[in-house]
Amino acid sequence: MTISAEREREVAYPDPTPPSVGWFQGLPARPGWLSQHLGTAIIGAVLGYLLGHWLGNVVASGYTNVANSGVNAIANTGGIALGALGWLAGIGAINYPLAKIIGKEPAPEFETTSWSRYFRYTADHKVVGMQYVIGVLTFLFTAGLLAMAIRTELLSPSSHVFGPGTYISIVSEHGTMMMMMATSVVVGPLGNWLIPLMIGARRTAFPRVEAFSFWIFSAGYLTILTALPYGGFPTGWTGYAPLQTQAGGGMISYLAGFALIGLGMMAAGFNLGVTIINYRAPGMTWSRVPIFVWAILSTCALLTLATPTLVAAGLFGILDHTAQTAFFVTEHGGSSYLWQNLFWFFGHPEVYIMALPGFGIVAEILPVFTRKPLFAYKVAAAGMLGVALLSFFVWQHHLFQSGINPDMRPLFMLTTELISIPTGFIFLVGMGTLYKAKIRFEVPMLFALAVFFNFLIGGVTGVFLSDVPVNVTVHGSFFVLSHFHYTIMGGLIFAFFGGLYFWLPKMTGKTMNKKLGQIHFWFMFIFFNFTFFPMFLIGLLGQPRRVFEYAQNLQTLNDISSISAFILGASFLVFIANFVWSIFIKPTPSPANPWDSLGLEWQTANPVPYYNFERIPVVLNDPYHYSEHDAAAVADMGDPVLVGAVAPTGDGGGDTTGDDPVTPAE
Amino acid sequence: MSFGARLTTFLVMLAAAVALVVYVVITYLTPQSGVVDFTSAQPAGAPVNLSVQTVGSIGFGPHPTWVTYMVQNPGGQWLHDTTWEVPAHTRINLTIHQFDSGSPLRNQNWGRVQGVAGNVEILNGKPISFYDSNSGNGVGHTFAVPALGINVPLVGVNSNASNICSQAPCGSDSVSNTIKVSFVTPGPGEYSWQCFVPCGLGYLYGNGGPMSNSNYMGGFLDVVA
Amino acid sequence: MSDVAEQTDAPADGPRHAHREPRHFVRMVVIWLVACAIAMPLFYFLVGPHVPPGVMTSTAEENQFDFNILMVLAIPVLFGVWIYIGYSLITWRGSKAADPVGGELARGHMGVQTGWIGITTVFVLGLAIFGTYALITTNGAGGGEGPNPVWTPTSAHVLPVQVIGQQWKFTYRYPTFGGFESSDLVLPVDTTIAFHVTSLDVIHSFWAYQLSIKADANPQVDNVAFTTTNHTGSVTVRCSELCGLWHGAMFDYGRVVSKNQFEAWATATRIATAANTKLLPPFALTYTPDANGAAGGYYPDNVDPYSPSEVYGAKQPAS
Ligand code: HEM
Ligand SMILES: [Cu+2]
Ligand SMILES: [Cu+2]
Ligand SMILES: [Cu+2]
Repeated sequence: MTISAEREREVAYPDPTPPSVGWFQGLPARPGWLSQHLGTAIIGAVLGYLLGHWLGNVVASGYTNVANSGVNAIANTGGIALGALGWLAGIGAINYPLAKIIGKEPAPEFETTSWSRYFRYTADHKVVGMQYVIGVLTFLFTAGLLAMAIRTELLSPSSHVFGPGTYISIVSEHGTMMMMMATSVVVGPLGNWLIPLMIGARRTAFPRVEAFSFWIFSAGYLTILTALPYGGFPTGWTGYAPLQTQAGGGMISYLAGFALIGLGMMAAGFNLGVTIINYRAPGMTWSRVPIFVWAILSTCALLTLATPTLVAAGLFGILDHTAQTAFFVTEHGGSSYLWQNLFWFFGHPEVYIMALPGFGIVAEILPVFTRKPLFAYKVAAAGMLGVALLSFFVWQHHLFQSGINPDMRPLFMLTTELISIPTGFIFLVGMGTLYKAKIRFEVPMLFALAVFFNFLIGGVTGVFLSDVPVNVTVHGSFFVLSHFHYTIMGGLIFAFFGGLYFWLPKMTGKTMNKKLGQIHFWFMFIFFNFTFFPMFLIGLLGQPRRVFEYAQNLQTLNDISSISAFILGASFLVFIANFVWSIFIKPTPSPANPWDSLGLEWQTANPVPYYNFERIPVVLNDPYHYSEHDAAAVADMGDPVLVGAVAPTGDGGGDTTGDDPVTPAE
Repeated sequence: MSFGARLTTFLVMLAAAVALVVYVVITYLTPQSGVVDFTSAQPAGAPVNLSVQTVGSIGFGPHPTWVTYMVQNPGGQWLHDTTWEVPAHTRINLTIHQFDSGSPLRNQNWGRVQGVAGNVEILNGKPISFYDSNSGNGVGHTFAVPALGINVPLVGVNSNASNICSQAPCGSDSVSNTIKVSFVTPGPGEYSWQCFVPCGLGYLYGNGGPMSNSNYMGGFLDVVA
Repeated sequence: MSDVAEQTDAPADGPRHAHREPRHFVRMVVIWLVACAIAMPLFYFLVGPHVPPGVMTSTAEENQFDFNILMVLAIPVLFGVWIYIGYSLITWRGSKAADPVGGELARGHMGVQTGWIGITTVFVLGLAIFGTYALITTNGAGGGEGPNPVWTPTSAHVLPVQVIGQQWKFTYRYPTFGGFESSDLVLPVDTTIAFHVTSLDVIHSFWAYQLSIKADANPQVDNVAFTTTNHTGSVTVRCSELCGLWHGAMFDYGRVVSKNQFEAWATATRIATAANTKLLPPFALTYTPDANGAAGGYYPDNVDPYSPSEVYGAKQPAS
């Protein structure tokens, strides 16, 4: 399928129709249900898995260590690898490259406008975005259920709900799933959906790579779930070797799953990065792109540059398990520090992969609900790039007590503390934007404000952790645990939900219930803090992470945390109910631009046509002219009318601009 | 789709999701080891006689090649359960039938009998206070309760014997060593017990598999008031 | 520390805002100053002395002091942001507010931006210098410095104690008392101690809470951490690096006792364990037990360990 990227104004782009040929040119056409979709992907995955497992058993079940241990890592690896391949083949992800390789002309992808497109491999970035929405929410809620299990076990210091091995597996599974999900939680759904619209593009640079990123992301989800039937894995999300090397079959699910997710991260980051750089509409200069685009761009840099280390480390781990290499086993020539270094060399940039997109969202939301321009836009953009760069130079702060490079400690303490400068810019931006604003407390705004509250605590405690003497006490304790939940959950996940409430009306054309949104917010915000704040104290008072037993005197604090966690978990049920009810079951149409945003993404037709823009817009201004009475138009959409600024009206908003999206807001 | 159809679809999906979660919790997440109760078999305060055995390979279940402990319940049956409920502040007379062969210890410190009455164990009728695992048949396992400071080396049987048990539970037709120790339980709590011999065959350091599973080479001494 | 001050200063008093409005910025600063003036000493003098890990050792004392300083510095930052945002949300909510600031002023302000960057930079550099100073003067602050420590105590008499992590228990060796190995950690008071932390298998982390010592235990690595005991008392030891199934149960309790009590304990234990001590390998900084475990390991048998350090436990028989 070819989509022209040319910016000719007169070309009309029709909605796609299903192709009249099969997988390859020359094959007969197939009816929709016989073409490739989720169903064929599942069949492919199951067949591939069985084949790989069988092959692994044929090859290796005779080895003594396999017979003795009852674990055949080769079968596990084979099953997962071929399973993932079957999944991709089943959905149609390899038709195109395969056809090219064997020298045939590939048929166009099966593009359709029916609901079934959400279950297919598609080149439409909006469909991929919605697939990601459902994907990351499924991921999040699965891992959230595991968090409930963790907090159930920690209700009592010494009597146990789960066996100790099961408990460690639950913690590991929770952490790994959450981290996998969080790498893509914004880039996947909102990045893919919004970026082309924000920069005035008809598509992303590599639509197939984009679709591939989603389907391999979902393969990663299924893979990490297979750890449970394989008996779990005991290493936590950090997977430290040589414990990793000692672990049983579930470890392969971790290593392979993380590697699959890594491939997805690289694909998604590469595609969006290239799109942002090359597909901006005329006039969309670097000083006019929305700040969210800067956030995604710097995230993409991290996704593409940091993730290969993770994938390589995962492959080393798999080799240690299958071919009995000794990358990570000191006694046989490897090093127990190698994994730690590789993992955190990826892992710390990863931390900012999970912070920057959140900053982008709140910085995008604030101007709309304060009716002010974004304060210090350039500082914010520079800060994001600065964070991205610096984040490659701090990884050893995770290894302060590990015994390596003691002489480097002052350096890593310094770089870690330095990174708080560009990170702190988000507060400069937020506080400056709030100054003499006209604040509307809509649901997205509530989430954005909560990010400032939560992330401040997360950030300040991060400085505590970076101080080597203080680190001696808090490293590896619940203090760390609380710190990163404050940044990731309190920052990124809150921002993500703010972003969903903000953009879902555009993405789906439906309105979410405001009351339910507020209830969700307040419960989530309050009980998030009641869940995690006590954990700072719990950690300071001596409770290490990942333990199923703790000191009697910490029970009260742990119980407060657990009970709050249950309420926090329940708050997501409110969201699910709202989401499902107002979008699927009893859809309420949304006004075209419910928040009176100036962003280019809101100026397109509703629903957004397949090729986004009838005509490629010519961008005239940045989208933040909220407080100027006679502001210039944001873009020339090719229509007779220009999209202008929303002048501050008397009550500051709530009223909508009607159903025609290209009507100027005046 | 009509409103009713959408609602029904959603409710069906919800029910399926809930069923899946329940299935996963029951199948994979709930503890597999049963609890063997030793609190009610004798009058309060009277010593509890606890008999366990170690077997080189259990011979049944999901991991037939794994080494394991078995326990004899007050009714005399041998069970594959590793959580043993015993009364607090009570003398436990522990008899361990060691059916497994031995090897050198990873750390010779665990050749020392620690934390039990007199710091001695009765090995086939003879008291010893430590065992050199580099000699003789080596040590097969140690019964250790770290929180109580207990460590009892279980001397291995001759690995060349023709009648080594490889199917639990083992009986008197297999070669075995009998080790007896006695200790007094502390106040209530769940105290984990484990083994310090690298007996997880085919795993790095010998500490994976059965050593890393609380249903085989580890478990809990559940001390109740 | 008046980063908040800096950044709101100019807009409030800027030339474009001549019309009569409450002096928002002055109000915020006053609230902020009062709040900080109350909270900072309150924390430092009331809470500070109870902050973990206490004062049992030199490193504990230093780390407590460090934490308190950081907390005292964090209070103005936290309060600054909270007060600013809280004030904004109350004052400038919805329609009650006047027209929002427009034009260039709302998009940035050179003074505010450079002020912010300048102040945070100075702040952060100050913290780094403070942390480095504390790290060096306390000989590594109780953290594991690896096999070749760069910051070592000058004290003439240093008691070496080896900590051996193994799945799932720490044991302790006392090389100056014949190298006996014990499950109990007992230390003399008023003594500089060098902990040599190593592992026989996976990574553990020796966390002696009240001593403010934390050092990872890696196989084949001698990770050294220093402290000086100042008070007697009980010490909680926990493993703080996930090491497998019984990681949560990998804790024990040590004690710091008078020098005489320590001598008595060490001598008695040395005698009591003498027979077994002979079976241990000679004291060494690291050990190499066979990575395979009992009969039939993960790696093919007959493969010699890579590093020829002291062997803990004999070579396993081939299966
Ligand atoms: C409902 C909300 C959540 C609750 C109640 C919760 C609770 C917990 C708890 C109690 C632990 C630690 C257990 C331990 O170390 O002993 C944990 C670990 C962890 N959580 Fe969460 N969590 C939540 C959401 C999240 C989110 C949104 C993320 C990231 C996106 C996340 C990432 C992690 C990670 C990475 C770990 C570490 C796992 C490890 O130690 O390897 N959690 N969580
Ligand atoms: Cu980091
Ligand atoms: Cu054993
Ligand atoms: Cu440990």
